[in-house]
Amino acid sequence: MYYRETGQIVRSYVKDRSMVPLREDRWIMAVFLAFMFLVVPFIGNDYWFSAILIPMMVLSIASLGLNIASGYTGQLSLGSAGFMSFGAFTAYNFLLRVEWMNIWLAFLAAGIVAGLMGIVFGLPSLRIKGFYLLVSTLCAQFFHEWLFNAYPWFLNYASSGVVHLPYFHYRFLPFQDQIFDMLGLAKEYNAYVWRYLITLIVTVLLALAAKNMVRSSTGRNWMAVRDMDIAAKVIGIPVGKTKLNAFFVSCFYCGVAGAMYSYCYIGNLDFMIYDLRRSFLVMFMIILGGLGSILGSFLGAIFVYGWPIFVTRFGDAVFGGGYLDTAFVENNSKIVVGTIIVVLLIYQPLGFAGLWNSVKHRLRIWPFRT
Amino acid sequence: MEILASLVTAFADLFSLFGLEVFVGGMLSGIMYSLVAIGFVLVYKSSGVFNFAQGTMLLFAALTFVSLTERQVNFWVAFAITCVVMVIIGLIIERTVMRPLANQDLLSLFMATVGVNYFLEGLAQGTWDSAVHGVELGIPTDPVFVSEVIPWLDILVSKFDGFAAAVALGMVVGLYLFFQYTRTGLSLRAVSDDHMASQAVGIPLAKIWAIVWAVTGIICFIAGLIWADRLSVSFTLTWAVLKGLPVILIGGLTSIPGCLVGGLIIGASEKIGEIFFADVFGGQGIEHWWAYLTALVFILIRPTGIFGERDIERI
Repeated sequence: MYYRETGQIVRSYVKDRSMVPLREDRWIMAVFLAFMFLVVPFIGNDYWFSAILIPMMVLSIASLGLNIASGYTGQLSLGSAGFMSFGAFTAYNFLLRVEWMNIWLAFLAAGIVAGLMGIVFGLPSLRIKGFYLLVSTLCAQFFHEWLFNAYPWFLNYASSGVVHLPYFHYRFLPFQDQIFDMLGLAKEYNAYVWRYLITLIVTVLLALAAKNMVRSSTGRNWMAVRDMDIAAKVIGIPVGKTKLNAFFVSCFYCGVAGAMYSYCYIGNLDFMIYDLRRSFLVMFMIILGGLGSILGSFLGAIFVYGWPIFVTRFGDAVFGGGYLDTAFVENNSKIVVGTIIVVLLIYQPLGFAGLWNSVKHRLRIWPFRT
Repeated sequence: MEILASLVTAFADLFSLFGLEVFVGGMLSGIMYSLVAIGFVLVYKSSGVFNFAQGTMLLFAALTFVSLTERQVNFWVAFAITCVVMVIIGLIIERTVMRPLANQDLLSLFMATVGVNYFLEGLAQGTWDSAVHGVELGIPTDPVFVSEVIPWLDILVSKFDGFAAAVALGMVVGLYLFFQYTRTGLSLRAVSDDHMASQAVGIPLAKIWAIVWAVTGIICFIAGLIWADRLSVSFTLTWAVLKGLPVILIGGLTSIPGCLVGGLIIGASEKIGEIFFADVFGGQGIEHWWAYLTALVFILIRPTGIFGERDIERI
């Protein structure tokens, strides 16, 4: 009824350490990725790209970033939106001011700059820990709002405080102009299909990288520091270095997510959207999805982002369009998300990912019971 | 060089009568943060829970009170009803969230209060509304000339801040005596030290927590009223919790008098930073992160705050 590892004999250590050990899992992953890369761009419409797929992937990356700091290394952070903002502004300024820039390099730069900011604001973690660390990350959160407001240079002196991102910033191929001319495509580089593909590629790469980091010595160090930093120190793990590299990686992810948030999702740059509420949303994503889980970061992002949309559409379908006002949907989703957080913490502290794992375990040993 | 010069002038300005006025005014406005901080510390001290829902409880209380008075309910009746509602909410939180999570690690307890925070946010605005309400409690807001009392001290102080300071001081003294000199206070301190050990010596954890959460509900209400009178009741009240955060971290998470001291420090540093040092950094509005920076400096020197208990760690 359900596939299991029975009969799949591993004959080498390299295979034993493979990322996806089960043959069926590999097939499912391959089919899923092929579907996302090869089918969705053709069947998707702009609504699906812009309102569902892109934001879900972008927020997944942000929550993956926070999960690395909070879920894997145990460093509380309320500044993820701040680091997203640093990333977004870095990407914009690089694309604006550097002639040969393309969107991949800009995203990379966004990640690195946000990561360096992460190290700066993570430095206090060497001396303080636990809730006291919230102060440092909150400082980052409010600092970015002030910085980009006080120095309009970052926004290229836009009087309204919002910059619309021009299409030529979205350069994702070498000789893109010529190739588009040759194929006879319109030069709408910022069309949702292209944005979707860019987001998808970055998401897959970053998720793969994260998966590999957490099952290497880097990840084991993170988890040792999370579980008990004094014990980690005793067995010879460089605690300070580990914390700082967790902050760097975490903020790298947040920075890339922030750059994608403005480039791929909303299409303009505005520091106001990276406010504290967004930090909280990202935090809810990892609590619901599962602390210390890659899959959980995705599930949490999909749920937290998707729930209000679901309620609206469901309400429209049941009660007729426009029956539910936005305030109702917002309050309702707050109550539901809040309740689910508490219920999950009590019954399944590892979130949706933990739920999924226990279902999988039950199926694996079926027809026996746990 | 330019920055250095402006820094020097900023410091020079600081040591003037105006500087003193800013300093005193800032300290008094910091008392507002202390009010929020007290509830925080009370819960942390007695259960080790970092209660993030504080700000929303504040909003909920203020919103309930305002909505009742707007429906022509008598002031004192509304006051009593809100007190009862807040006690009930405190008890419900304790019963449904904290008790099942007893003996869990502190991170999950914190996350749970974040969930409660979100829940209450939705509930508060769903039950009442999300409009901005004005509140008039009749607390005088006119300034007082200190020079009438102390002739050489020519500065202005707001009566409102004085009132808030009196309330905060009253609460701090009351809670301090309660914690230090009553039997319940002693059990509370024991529980905060170690859940399991205190259960083992026969302290009824459930009863103790119920008391704490009920009291917290009422403290939130009082703080909420004063904040509401200052600002008006709206969603922004929940940000009060974020202002309380640096305060308790400076004072130490386990010290109630620390709230007062932390509030004074944060308030003063915020105002001084905004008025004298904002230009050095090139823009107004630094007070949002300045408070956190101040707190950071303090806790880098003393990692558990000024009055906080030092943890002894072992493997």
